[in-house]
Amino acid sequence: MSKLISADKLTRADFTSDQEVRWCPGCGDYAILATVQRLMPEFGVLPHQMVWVSGIGCSSRFPYYMDTYGFHTIHGRAPAFATGIKIANPHLAVWMVTGDGDGLSIGGNHLMHFLRRNPNVNALLFNNEIYGLTKGQYSPTSEVGKVTKSTPLGSPDHPLQPVPFALGAGAGFVARTVATEAKHQMMVLRRANEHKGATLTEIFQNCNVFNDGAFDKFTARDVKADRQLLLEHGQPMLFGKDRTQGLVFDIKSFALSIVKVGENGVTEDDILVHDEHNLNLAHLLARMQYPAYPVALGVIYSEERPTYDDVLTEQGATAVKKFGRGSLKELLHSGDTWTV
Amino acid sequence: MAQSAAPQPPTGAKIKTLNGAVVRFAGDSGDGMQITGSQFTSTSALLGNDLTTFPDFPAEIRAPAGTLYGVSAFQINFSSDAVFTPGDAPDVLVAMNPAGLKTNLSHLKTGGLLIVNADAFSKANLKKASYDENPLEDDSLNAYHLLSVDIGKQTQAAVKETGLTSKEAGRCKNFWTLGLMYWIYSRPREATIKWLEAKFAKRPDIVKANILALNAGHAYGETIEFSHERYEVPSAKHSPGTYRNISGNQAIAWGFLAAAELSGTEIVLGSYPITPASDVLHELAKYKHHGITTMQAEDEIAAVCTAIGASYAGKIGLTTTSGPGLALKTEGIGLAVCTELPLVVLDVQRAGPSTGLPTKTEQSDLLQAMYGRNGESPLPVIAAYSPGDCFHSAIEAVRIATKYMTPVILLTDGYLGNGAEPWRIPDVDYLPKIEVKKHTDPEGFHPWLRDEETLARVWPIPGTPGTTHRIGGLEKDYNSGNISYDAANHQRMSDVRAAKVAGIAKDIPAQSLELGKENGMLLVLGWGSTFGAIREAVSRCRERGLDVAHAQLKYINPFPENLQSLLAGFDRVLVPEMNMGQLVKVLRSQFMMPIESYAKIEGQPFKIAELETRIRGLMES
Ligand code: SF4
Repeated sequence: MSKLISADKLTRADFTSDQEVRWCPGCGDYAILATVQRLMPEFGVLPHQMVWVSGIGCSSRFPYYMDTYGFHTIHGRAPAFATGIKIANPHLAVWMVTGDGDGLSIGGNHLMHFLRRNPNVNALLFNNEIYGLTKGQYSPTSEVGKVTKSTPLGSPDHPLQPVPFALGAGAGFVARTVATEAKHQMMVLRRANEHKGATLTEIFQNCNVFNDGAFDKFTARDVKADRQLLLEHGQPMLFGKDRTQGLVFDIKSFALSIVKVGENGVTEDDILVHDEHNLNLAHLLARMQYPAYPVALGVIYSEERPTYDDVLTEQGATAVKKFGRGSLKELLHSGDTWTV
Repeated sequence: MAQSAAPQPPTGAKIKTLNGAVVRFAGDSGDGMQITGSQFTSTSALLGNDLTTFPDFPAEIRAPAGTLYGVSAFQINFSSDAVFTPGDAPDVLVAMNPAGLKTNLSHLKTGGLLIVNADAFSKANLKKASYDENPLEDDSLNAYHLLSVDIGKQTQAAVKETGLTSKEAGRCKNFWTLGLMYWIYSRPREATIKWLEAKFAKRPDIVKANILALNAGHAYGETIEFSHERYEVPSAKHSPGTYRNISGNQAIAWGFLAAAELSGTEIVLGSYPITPASDVLHELAKYKHHGITTMQAEDEIAAVCTAIGASYAGKIGLTTTSGPGLALKTEGIGLAVCTELPLVVLDVQRAGPSTGLPTKTEQSDLLQAMYGRNGESPLPVIAAYSPGDCFHSAIEAVRIATKYMTPVILLTDGYLGNGAEPWRIPDVDYLPKIEVKKHTDPEGFHPWLRDEETLARVWPIPGTPGTTHRIGGLEKDYNSGNISYDAANHQRMSDVRAAKVAGIAKDIPAQSLELGKENGMLLVLGWGSTFGAIREAVSRCRERGLDVAHAQLKYINPFPENLQSLLAGFDRVLVPEMNMGQLVKVLRSQFMMPIESYAKIEGQPFKIAELETRIRGLMES
């Protein structure tokens, strides 16, 4: 179990529990676990000050493998548990793991309210566009027409996109990354960790058993440069192998469009610059889907506002300042009483 | 504040002293009957009467004016003797409109005083109340002492000088009525005047108008040829102490604040608004300086999950709800059973199934509380029996939850939650402390280490060095707390969870009798809010010489250790409950005794008379 260690000497091993990891061989979850365990020592948070919370699903096994405090709860409700933990003890670093089924189907309501409420908790949404643990039914992020055991004639459901959902719910921080891109994922999670308030990071994660290659079309090594837009705050939004394609805002269609630098008189100065604090831009970037657009990865939106836990703590402190520490005796004798 | 006796009645008035009286106010939802009733209650409480109240209001917030389903009523039974129920039949009915008269007249005693607001008996209102004829103009009310007053006009005249609009002035008519009732029952007006001044501090014109109306109603009683008698009801012989008036919902909220103080552990309340439990959330939300954090969650499920999250983090998780909400929390409560975390779930029961009758009372969630979860999922269930007992039951629920690391379901109901009674304020210094133990020792640690005596697991909390661990809803190994799919281990864990809850029987008081003695002919065994009616009915039967006893169960799971032998001492056992016979099912299945059921499900509490009739029927047959 736990060792007593100091914050500056943390290593990956300090965050690795003794439990045998039980995902299918080749599952994208392994890559995320490895990245997270490598990254955590950097934050200087001791394992005993950290809580990992999850719901139900393949991704929700995650807390068992972290040698921190962990709570594997019930399907879809992790945001509510995480909020409860955070308001009970705001000093804890609280991380949450959910999936596309857990977080957006059964738990969509909780995720929505978690994001607008803004507790200082980091949520990772492993999106594999399928139900894994229940053996391969379509999920709310699966494409229309998806043939699965529960939809032999193809899924009639229009898919939900996690990042636009989060922005619509009023999230203060929304990012996107890919399970197998360790460096990019670390950058994004560092930013999530620095952000004060609720964060949602969508991680494209391959389920090699039930939905293999779901993201290959824009994550495969040979195509990714042309089909991904790696966002950097303050930098022009260029992509492509030679970084000659870029985004501009087309006022007529009220949409982003792709232009080629050097063609039709377009220069780099014409290319839109990414501004993480611009919610309208974030909404446009969030909806970009391959093949019409490259898929936007990185920090799509970030804007700090008071956190739920801070506001509750402050309300408690204000009440104490105003009325003094509550005394039960005074309370019971307040208002109209009479003595016999 | 200490209160002196009633003011001197005006000389010459003939005042009859009564032991007690039952008064019922009924009118439109917009007529302010709940305020009128609670003011009459506060004043009577300050006079030292014992009392019990019954607010009876519709589910609609603002039902269309004048309709039968929009009638709101408030009944109070006040006395110089101990009273235990709001009374079966009122001595006085105040009806502010035809619909109020129509829906409440059947309650009034024959020969009782009937005060009606004649102004409201317009053609349109009569029609809305389905009256073909104006009952004030035919002989249909001859069985009562009718006092028909143009209360609306009287009120308008009284408050004219304030310059309020006639609509605003009309709203003062409930205080006019209250003034008249104060005159009839010789009650002082001061407390109500003070209340008005505080309540409408920002609208001095409204304060003035209502006081004018109150005084005018009072003066009306004095000046008219009021042929009915005037009364006084002396104070009750309460045992020495300081008293206050308290409702069940308020008492339970304060009980939780007390538990936070007595345990030195903060409470985190996750709750979602639901009738009739919302008042507990409202009450607790006011006391952030008392070691409580309250959160209005997005739904019932999030409410319980937030509370469990807080428990995992070392606070006392609390969630408050009513029947349909308890159904939604089911899976969360199961997780708390499986992870063995302390949690208190308050269910202020209401009539079901489904949405049922949200503002009406029932005791029909007992089986849901006992068995309404997937898997073998035992947990303690306790039921408060009076507004005052709600305070102590809240403390007890927290004590059991933290000592045994278990969710506890605490049952009250709408009648208990909204009803009020005078309550002797307990001496805080004598309330027992709740000892809460957090596990901090890394030596040999695993999260399912158990206390040998209570079988409770340890409570290691995040933030503590050396005790990091993972928990969840999967079965765990008895010896390490790690996930386990082992067959024998599941049997062992299921057994130990059951034994832990069963063992609480050793830690609760033995079941005692309220009235009567052991080994008799009949025991009437109640639970929860039926306490008052059963006690009174049994007491009346005993006065007739019947060999009947009364016990009221508070601990339903586990039962007190002596319960079976106590029941076995009686020839017959009768269990009255406001459901289709739920406790009786549990008792029969555990004790295999031929226990008899008296089940009633009308959304209304038992009347003393119907219980008395049933008991006599059983014993005299
Ligand atoms: S089913 Fe898919 S998501 Fe689940 S562990 Fe296996 S590969 Fe991973």
